[in-house]
Amino acid sequence: MKKYSVFAVAREAMRHHTGWTRAWRDAQPKKRYDVIIVGAGGHGLATAYYLGKNFGITNVAVLEKGWLGGGNTGRNTTIIRSNYLQDPSAAIYEKSRSLYETMSQDLNYNVMFSPRGVIMLAQTEHEVRGYKRTAHANALQGVQTEFIGPDRVKQLVPIINLDGPRYPVLGGLWQARGGTARHDAVAWGYARACSDMGMDIIQKCEVTGVRQTGGKVTGVSTTRGDIDCDKLGLVVAGHSGQLADMAGFRLPIESVALQALVSEPIKPCMDVVVMANTVHGYMSQSDKGEMVIGGGTDGYNNYTQRGSFHHVEETVRALVETFPMISRLKMLRQWGGIVDVTGDRSPILSKTPVEGIFINAGWGTGGFKAIPGSGWGFAELMAKGQSPLTQAFGLERFAEGRFIDESVAAGVAH
Amino acid sequence: MLILTCPCCHVTAEETEFHAGGEAHLKRIGPDGAEGEFESYLFMRQNPKGVHLERWRHVYGCGKWFHLARDTATLEVFGAYSAQTTSPPDHIRSAIQEKHPEWQWQGAS
Repeated sequence: MKKYSVFAVAREAMRHHTGWTRAWRDAQPKKRYDVIIVGAGGHGLATAYYLGKNFGITNVAVLEKGWLGGGNTGRNTTIIRSNYLQDPSAAIYEKSRSLYETMSQDLNYNVMFSPRGVIMLAQTEHEVRGYKRTAHANALQGVQTEFIGPDRVKQLVPIINLDGPRYPVLGGLWQARGGTARHDAVAWGYARACSDMGMDIIQKCEVTGVRQTGGKVTGVSTTRGDIDCDKLGLVVAGHSGQLADMAGFRLPIESVALQALVSEPIKPCMDVVVMANTVHGYMSQSDKGEMVIGGGTDGYNNYTQRGSFHHVEETVRALVETFPMISRLKMLRQWGGIVDVTGDRSPILSKTPVEGIFINAGWGTGGFKAIPGSGWGFAELMAKGQSPLTQAFGLERFAEGRFIDESVAAGVAH
Repeated sequence: MLILTCPCCHVTAEETEFHAGGEAHLKRIGPDGAEGEFESYLFMRQNPKGVHLERWRHVYGCGKWFHLARDTATLEVFGAYSAQTTSPPDHIRSAIQEKHPEWQWQGAS
């Protein structure tokens, strides 16, 4: 792998950019790997990367049905924050956020992490109390957040309308070190680093079956032939249930559609991320100037990667109320992704009933922010059989009633 | 946007008039149930990519619950039927099997 640097740019500028090589190899499947990861999205690639980097396991294949980062990794609204209420969530999301800070240097790939700050607006008395509680919890967890009043909100977001017709802004939970990053670059950067370690990233390779003998995994069947492995990691977001079905167990997961949209590009007007959970909408401005907008999920199971129009309408209505100046903006694009939602709205990073199969799923509407932390913890779980980061996120918590109940704190918007 | 017909009041309306209530035909577990059975009843879901039998409520209409057979991969609706059943009726099964000949009712879970 050629290192990217200012000197490389200068050198290539001198020779008409003829020296750039492919960022990663388009590999062909081998007969056998130590570890197979299903799903070349952010979480899958991050898992492979930290398996290699932290544990020296590099005989790894990452299988992808479509193309690299073509699922939810390329469909989200790129918000990164770690202001969660429960300790296990705060630990994994804060690990993740801190890894984002050094990711560009670590991967030698510019992921454009922008720690611009995230505000979650409190628009009811209930939310004020909830966010104050979260701020106190975060202080104990070592996550830097603070509860700020309406004046400070207005100072940070001049375009906001504090006394909207339905829900006036009473304050907000402010995480100054949260922000956004370039979602595609995260997948590409990890892919490049994995490929450099000798791992195979195999695209257009759909897993059609999971082979096992005596309750232990032996490999997978794919559209490009059978591949053997010792350990199998399922990291496929919306289609987790399909893969679990192939492996012969069920998951406490339902798949629903989540939509996002972007406006035409305008001049810089908002340099933080604003989330308004009471009215269901969140917004940030991309480097290109587009307003990036997300809202709530549809209420019913859906695999079509498109959602209902009335959710877009509801989100836009909420945001026009909060930011009156966007009322005349034209929307450029709208898209949907399939998210897998668990009973307690917290993810599953766990061993499974089949020996050698591990599952990383259920990130629901907020997986992007967790990519490096999830990969870090899941790699440790796969390599050592346990990890302090993932311990609380086991599948057994549903039978034991040991939920990580973020559904009130984070079930709507991410 | 789904367009559904309520089998209770026979009104046809857009999905905004209805509210989805999750998987249908879950077998309720009583006080004697084992932990695993409760886990299954409360949390485990079939979540199929294809034919899904589910509960809906006509919230902004007659207010009644009903069942719906729908394809989660195409959003095609096969039909609605009464919530007072423990398995899909024959006309719903045949409507599904017309499109998915291999589909079989798996029984309450």
